[in-house]
Amino acid sequence: MVEDTPFTTSSFYAFVGKKRLMAAKCNECGNVFLPPKPMCTMCLSTNLKWTQIKGVGKLLSYTIICVAPEQFQDMTPYTVGIIEFEKGLRLPGMIRDVKSEEIKIGMDLKIGFDTTTSTQWPSWPRYYFRPV
Amino acid sequence: MVAKPLASIVSAGLSKFGRRENMLGREIYAEATQEAFERCPKLDPAKDIEALFIGHMGESYEHQGHTGPTLADWTGLLHKPTVRVESACASSGSALRMGILAILSGLHKVVMVGGVEKMTHRTTAEVTEFLAMASDMPFEQWNGITFPGLYALIATAHMQKYGTTEEQLARVAVKNHHNGTLNPKAHMQKEITVEKVLESKVVAWPLKLYDCSLITDGASCIVLAHPDIAHKFTDSPIQIIGSGQSSDAIGLYAREEITTLKAARLAGQEAYRMAGVKPKDLDVAEVHDCFTIAEILAYEDLGFCDVGKGGKLIDDGTTELGGALPVNTSGGLKAKGHPVGATGTAQAYEIYLQLTGQADKRQVTDAELGLSHNVGGSGATASVHIYRSG
Repeated sequence: MVEDTPFTTSSFYAFVGKKRLMAAKCNECGNVFLPPKPMCTMCLSTNLKWTQIKGVGKLLSYTIICVAPEQFQDMTPYTVGIIEFEKGLRLPGMIRDVKSEEIKIGMDLKIGFDTTTSTQWPSWPRYYFRPV
Repeated sequence: MVAKPLASIVSAGLSKFGRRENMLGREIYAEATQEAFERCPKLDPAKDIEALFIGHMGESYEHQGHTGPTLADWTGLLHKPTVRVESACASSGSALRMGILAILSGLHKVVMVGGVEKMTHRTTAEVTEFLAMASDMPFEQWNGITFPGLYALIATAHMQKYGTTEEQLARVAVKNHHNGTLNPKAHMQKEITVEKVLESKVVAWPLKLYDCSLITDGASCIVLAHPDIAHKFTDSPIQIIGSGQSSDAIGLYAREEITTLKAARLAGQEAYRMAGVKPKDLDVAEVHDCFTIAEILAYEDLGFCDVGKGGKLIDDGTTELGGALPVNTSGGLKAKGHPVGATGTAQAYEIYLQLTGQADKRQVTDAELGLSHNVGGSGATASVHIYRSG
């Protein structure tokens, strides 16, 4: 059933709505990649499957955003970072539930899920990162 | 051996950069064009210019897309083929390359390349949102990551990996603001201090207000001719001898490394190879200092210093006016301003002034070889050009 799911960003976020972090895996060359793409960009195969990623990783870099677009203005200041999961997979996202002075490059973080969706396009649920 | 020219700059124009109230982008562009026409009396624009390549990033600012014919109409160049080139902040650097390709193809002998952006009538929140459109929507924008935020992620990682300091970032701003005071067309005309940068409001830590380039209105253009006919128009054409361009993943997170812009490194290597020159041969450079950390990256990516030593290069004064390789003599994006679509050809304009000895108080003595480096987004596009006099 999972393999029938198209390899799109919308599918990725549909999994986020079910509290699962899923990446695409190429059945030909074994490449595991995020974001999902309709083909493996290493070998160009479309023979892909979804694979669940353990949502624990290390913080590669971070910043505290104080000037934001209108949509995020109520949340300032907020912290965002880039996390590296297993197999070198990376995602950017907000870091919650930790004081900014306690954030350090290299610290362990795990993924969290906020399954609320909006009616406005693209109406995806959101993932975020928090301390382990 | 220095390579033969790809195309020749026979004229160039730049509008005043700054807050241009009650003007539309097309009117600001006409101002830049007027200067280019006046500088080159032997050019009959309507007759000689065969095509226009226009860099313009966002239709959101003025609710106006389809910029090519709009600018052609406002500059007396109706009915010429024209196309808008969009590569975020590298739009007119990319347009310049398109112009060079048009000349090299043999289809056109003389083309105009330029760019424009009208930004200051929008609120900071709106500009922040429009600029963020050049980043990855589903993962970066969706998570509230702004443009300063992306460069801040680069800066935090660079500081951790190489020991680069906030003071070194601040020194980039201080240098470029000083150069800006020597450029009457720069948006900012005031000196600043390291303390002032460090005390300014945080935009995206560790980047503060004075680490960020300016929201500016402005336009720039250059006229390119086939090298064989350039002397018909001017006795002192500037030769473009190297052109490099590359790309990378749209998302910063998806790149091999986040402490270097690989696209800029590749574009630089291509341009140096084509030109047959090395970084140490350069006399002057305009680099894409959209944020202070971006100028540090440029030093490293373009081989002005070793990887990780960009902070040291700003400390030792090499890139100041009077140093071995003055960088951003115009004031850069930091002080001259960053009307995004206009920036690439505005950099080419500064190199044109330097290599023709017209840079007045900021003239680099005997400058013969120059480079421009224009980056789109957080580094998904980079365009590098190398120029020589004569």
